[in-house]
Amino acid sequence: MRVTNAAVVADVPVRPFVPGAPGTHITIRGLTKYFAGWPLYENFDLDIPKAKIVSVFGPNGCGKSTLINMISGLIPIDGGEILFDGKSLAETKIGYVFQNYREAMFPWMRTIDNIAYPLVMEGKSKAEVDRRMQELVASFDVKFDLNRYPYELSGGQQQTASIMRALAPKPEVVFLDEPFSALDYEMTLFIREKLQEVFIQSGTTMMLVSHDLEEAVYLADQILLLTKRPTKIAEILKYDDPRPRTVATLSEPSFISAKKLSLEIFQREVRR
Amino acid sequence: MDAPSSEAVAPAGNAAPWTAPAVSVAPPRSFPWGKLLPFLGPLVLFIIWDVVVRAGLIKAILLPPPSATIVTLVTGLAGGPLLTDFGVTVWRTVQAFLIAAIVGVPLGVLLGSSERAYRSVEFLIDFFRSTPSSALIPLFLLIFGVSDINKVAIAAFGAFLIVVFNSAYGVINARKQRVMAAKVMGASRWQIFKDVLIWESLQPTFVGLRSAVSMALVIVIVAEMFIGSESGLGHRIIDAQQVLNVKSMYAAILSAGALGYALNVIFLIAEKRIVHWSGR
Ligand SMILES: Nc1ncnc2c1ncn2[C@@H]1O[C@H](COP(=O)(O)OP(=O)(O)O)[C@@H](O)[C@H]1O
Ligand SMILES: [Mg+2]
Repeated sequence: MRVTNAAVVADVPVRPFVPGAPGTHITIRGLTKYFAGWPLYENFDLDIPKAKIVSVFGPNGCGKSTLINMISGLIPIDGGEILFDGKSLAETKIGYVFQNYREAMFPWMRTIDNIAYPLVMEGKSKAEVDRRMQELVASFDVKFDLNRYPYELSGGQQQTASIMRALAPKPEVVFLDEPFSALDYEMTLFIREKLQEVFIQSGTTMMLVSHDLEEAVYLADQILLLTKRPTKIAEILKYDDPRPRTVATLSEPSFISAKKLSLEIFQREVRR
Repeated sequence: MDAPSSEAVAPAGNAAPWTAPAVSVAPPRSFPWGKLLPFLGPLVLFIIWDVVVRAGLIKAILLPPPSATIVTLVTGLAGGPLLTDFGVTVWRTVQAFLIAAIVGVPLGVLLGSSERAYRSVEFLIDFFRSTPSSALIPLFLLIFGVSDINKVAIAAFGAFLIVVFNSAYGVINARKQRVMAAKVMGASRWQIFKDVLIWESLQPTFVGLRSAVSMALVIVIVAEMFIGSESGLGHRIIDAQQVLNVKSMYAAILSAGALGYALNVIFLIAEKRIVHWSGR
């Protein structure tokens, strides 16, 4: 395991655009966000690698959700630039999985129509939609009835459907904001595995916010550790144990040391 | 997740096939007498009523015995003149309600989807919503004269304000996260409106419609009492009172109550079927 330092933050007000290292998918430059006059992010630079899972971890209220919401365009930014492979957000297909699945699905539509919704938005034909739905059902190994309404499903089933919906249009990037924290442990384990399988199959770039360090490290290729407000990068840790990771991974020395190091940095930042 | 079972815990890596969590078993049947509880209140009321009349605590000229009242009510509604008045009141209420709903729901949804538009008329809506509609009867008399239209118009107006208010707030208070979810999936403003906002507003709209139909009934009956009327339950109640035909008066009052109650139940059932996700 290798420890890289945070991207160098220069204080020069106007800077030329510095492209990310090869393999960068999302380039964030000079990102600035204020809430009620208080800076949350100021001149924040970050490179998100392509076809990797980046776990975002940091103190409560440090702006993890805000970061992925700004990147995914859910909340406006006050300054800076975010590019996806050099393209704007409008030219990029993204998926988003909310923590609160209850308020993310449309309860007036059957689950299957919820999952197909982004495909319908794209103007896909009925046949294309059906084909993609079959693929999804197969790759998620769905055992529950998708013709039910979301509120008729268990929390885990709803969140599974919600992840299927995010992945349906084959997005370039998927954002997940604490997708497991409203689920019980059993469901968390199950969906975590599904997510890993789908990632191995598709290689979709993912940004995962998690408040569970073990889960964050377990799924990650990179762990992005953030400081308290005003938020900076504390550290970006690489964790490159091979996939599929299993229960056995949890007791690998490399896993344990990555987790330990993350925790040390986190504690250092919380105390600071 | 209801029943944790050991095999459902997916071992990392080679996930075992996942089975749907067991459906929780229905709670044991409650004491069957419980079903009769709702009838207890009315029964007690009728007994007290009967005792009061028999004991002569209230003069029979003011309060007829319950049995006689019920007989008058049933025979009246079974093709008697009460049925005609009942039908007239129902029809006026339905007309007023339909006007309020057909104009009010689309207008409320439109106003709600532009918060600035709503803010600009908010005071007017709140002001007239707070004004007792009966206070406007003379104004409506000036405009429409002593006519059937008048009664419908004023009831429609009162109901309309309630509908607009509730539909508009339904849209304004739509779950932000669902709107965000649609946005992130590439929905346009129009698609967000038709796929999310309208649906989100359905439940509060139904609350509005239900209050509106009650309001329409109240105003129709008041109008039938005080705006020269030849028909309707309000007219019947006032007429019976003036000639001290208390049996007929109580029968008309009870039928008005039954009508209000039935309308409420109909709307609750419709809401449950249409807004099937409400409260789940
Ligand atoms: N709409 C808002 N208005 C004002 N402050 C906000 C708003 N949204 C978030 N914040 C503040 O920004 C900070 C970061 O929030 P958030 O991104 O939700 O944190 P995290 O997800 O890391 O727990 C918090 O201190 C929060 O209070
Ligand atoms: Mg958060």
